[in-house]
Amino acid sequence: MWVWIVCLLTAAPALAEPLCSKEVCDNYGYKVRISIKTALGDKAYEWNESEMFLFRATVAFAMRRYTSDETYNVSDIVVCNKTARVSFWFLVTSPANTAQLVPRGQVEAAVRLSRNRINSAFLLTDQTLQFVGILPTLAPPISYDTPPWLIVFGVVMGVVCAGIITLLLSTLLKRTRSKKNLLETEEEEDRRGSITANGRLCESLREKDPGRGHPDDVHLSKL
Amino acid sequence: MAQRRIQEDERYETEDRPKWDNKVQYLLTCVGFAVGLGNVWRFPYLCQIYGGGAFLIPYLIALVFEGLPLLYLELAIGQSLRQGSIGVWNSISPYLGGVGVASMAVSFLVGLFYNTILAWVLWYFFNSFQDPLPWSQCPLNENLTDYVEECVRGTAANYYWYRVTLNITPDISSSGSLQWWLVLSLALAWSIVYICFIRGIETVGKAVYVTATFPYLVLTIFLVRALTLPGAIDGLEYLFTPDWGVLLNPQVWLDAATQIFFSLSLAFGGLIAFASYNPRKNNCERDALLVGCINSATSLYASIPIFAILGFKATTNFNNCITSNVLKLTNEFDIAEKNITADNYDMWLKTLNTSHPDRINSLELRECNLKRFMDQSVSGTGLAFIVFTEAVIEMPASQVWAVLFFIMLFSLGLSSMFGNLEGVLTPLFDLHMVPSWVPKELFTGIICMVSFLVALIFTMGSGNYWLEIFNSYVGSVPLLIIAFFEITSVVVFYGMKRFSEDIEFMTGHRPGLFWHLCWMGVSPLMLLVVLVAYVVVQVQVQPQYPTWNPSYTLFPEAEVKPYPDWVFAICVMLSAVPVVPIPLVALYHLIRRLTHPEQHTRDEPHVSNPYDNKAFITHTIM
Repeated sequence: MWVWIVCLLTAAPALAEPLCSKEVCDNYGYKVRISIKTALGDKAYEWNESEMFLFRATVAFAMRRYTSDETYNVSDIVVCNKTARVSFWFLVTSPANTAQLVPRGQVEAAVRLSRNRINSAFLLTDQTLQFVGILPTLAPPISYDTPPWLIVFGVVMGVVCAGIITLLLSTLLKRTRSKKNLLETEEEEDRRGSITANGRLCESLREKDPGRGHPDDVHLSKL
Repeated sequence: MAQRRIQEDERYETEDRPKWDNKVQYLLTCVGFAVGLGNVWRFPYLCQIYGGGAFLIPYLIALVFEGLPLLYLELAIGQSLRQGSIGVWNSISPYLGGVGVASMAVSFLVGLFYNTILAWVLWYFFNSFQDPLPWSQCPLNENLTDYVEECVRGTAANYYWYRVTLNITPDISSSGSLQWWLVLSLALAWSIVYICFIRGIETVGKAVYVTATFPYLVLTIFLVRALTLPGAIDGLEYLFTPDWGVLLNPQVWLDAATQIFFSLSLAFGGLIAFASYNPRKNNCERDALLVGCINSATSLYASIPIFAILGFKATTNFNNCITSNVLKLTNEFDIAEKNITADNYDMWLKTLNTSHPDRINSLELRECNLKRFMDQSVSGTGLAFIVFTEAVIEMPASQVWAVLFFIMLFSLGLSSMFGNLEGVLTPLFDLHMVPSWVPKELFTGIICMVSFLVALIFTMGSGNYWLEIFNSYVGSVPLLIIAFFEITSVVVFYGMKRFSEDIEFMTGHRPGLFWHLCWMGVSPLMLLVVLVAYVVVQVQVQPQYPTWNPSYTLFPEAEVKPYPDWVFAICVMLSAVPVVPIPLVALYHLIRRLTHPEQHTRDEPHVSNPYDNKAFITHTIM
């Protein structure tokens, strides 16, 4: 029993070595780029081994969620080629058999499914926690039942039409009222039986001085 | 002669010609007519391409020797003869009636496409009430796997303008269909124009209190905001740094003269109509100076926030360019974040280029040059609907700035539309071409409806191409020709002596030597030179137009195509048909006089007037 444990412990690092070779990484692994300072600015945290541990844990969580296999563990996520950029490659080994690597397609699907959760764990976004080769799912466009521009258009059009109708009606009313006034004054004139002489009503002349016999007429007529 | 004029003056007071409520309305209407979209999106562009501050010299010279004299002439003749454009020229001599008809035709045609631009402004205005602004991101394609290709290759703002708004066809021969959203916007634009015009200058005079003053308020707000943006000072420096060498380029003088001419909205007949509603005794000299100077001052004032914002946009583009290059380098060489910054980018690039030149080449780094970004000068609709909308996205609270900007553009255009429509309606009313049983409101409505229906051409897929044709061919040469005939009519047919007397009656003093010199010599000469030079330049240039063609190999660059023959024939017609009435009417009257010599006694050209009723005059003498 002890021998087995010692063998496993010594063999584990030896197993890890060929995993990080270029061919293996290209076929089974994904490159990850993390840009903490771009995303968080002053509130940026430092990338250290604990953060790496969290990353491995979240990927393991993603694998568990996707495969509904509860045996995935942090040790199944292998990380290699770490750089100061903060970028690295990671591979997923099968929990049942550490020598067997999970195919890329499955890893991609798992990451896609839980992308949001992985991003939130690190306070990052699809662009700042970049899985090279896994395209971020694009947000569906916001669709409205009624496009907002139609609403604004309807309001403005309604106001303008109401204004036009109001103005036209008021002009119409003013015109009919003035026409009515004109008709009334004409009727009055007809009633009084006026004959206008040089533009002045006989009525008004009579009212001025009934006894004078229209002396003003003399000045007005050239005859 | 002056006495007879006084008698007619007294008679005029009893007529019900519409009047301005007060002087302010009249001035605001004239200023609003003169100050239009061109002040905001044409003048800053010219300033930029013609060496900044140096352009002001030909511009101011053109203003003083060409713009102000013509403006004074139009206002004085309108105020003195008190009729719209056809009536005024008919009064001077029946042979010149064609000048008025030409003005009316040009006003109508320009009004068609100008209101279409306002419809576009309204469309953008409606769409500014969304978060995020629709021109800030590309839409997804059908599979939802990626963005629409046309949008990715161009930019989101370009896509929104050419595809979503215009739905433009690849060339002018394919008309496409009517775009219903543009038809709605156009209907609303014409409705707004109608409601402002419903009672003639009664309602227009009230509308201009808002439409003429609001743009200044918004420009000031933008000025304050723009000056606080990063890169604004660079933009202003770039704009105003003079390059004196441009003064030797004749094209600069030509452009300055045409800009002043079109900017003051001369030869449309609108200014004559507005002045005709004034009381006889009104100092039109001061009005002309005021309107002319306010117009130029507005152009200058508007170019400051425009260029501050363009400088901001260029700086943002430059920073984005550098950032994307930095990211590419950081990712390729796995350098720690924020080690390469904008400041040490050049140094890093040099070091890396010496050590790994092939990898650097494979990266396809963009060339980031601030001056090149500043040089991307745009004018016209491109400035408003593409460049400015992109700039607005970068500003915090984008919706507010977008709404303010588009309302400002709408007010600027609406007050200019008033002048256009006035140039069409007033001559028709004055000549009693409208039967008296048709109320004014109905006739105005009919004209608006007819204009709306004809302008539906511009809402088709190829509408933008047609609009550019109308803009270049109707709004240019015919106006110059009409203005030339205007000034020669007044100087030759009406007579400077009579004109000076009229002005003395109206303003209280005769026009000075400067005005005499300009009217009789400098201005007609300048107009003639500008006209000839303009035609010569146009003729030399092959008639072609830029198109938005997604299947073009160098897309998103515009593919330049030549006009088909039938389109070019229409262009020539658009330039010729408005001015054809000038010789036609003269010919018609000449033929009439030759065939009926007894009816036309060769007398001094008298002010024959539809209001003239000799019997009435005899009675009032008593």
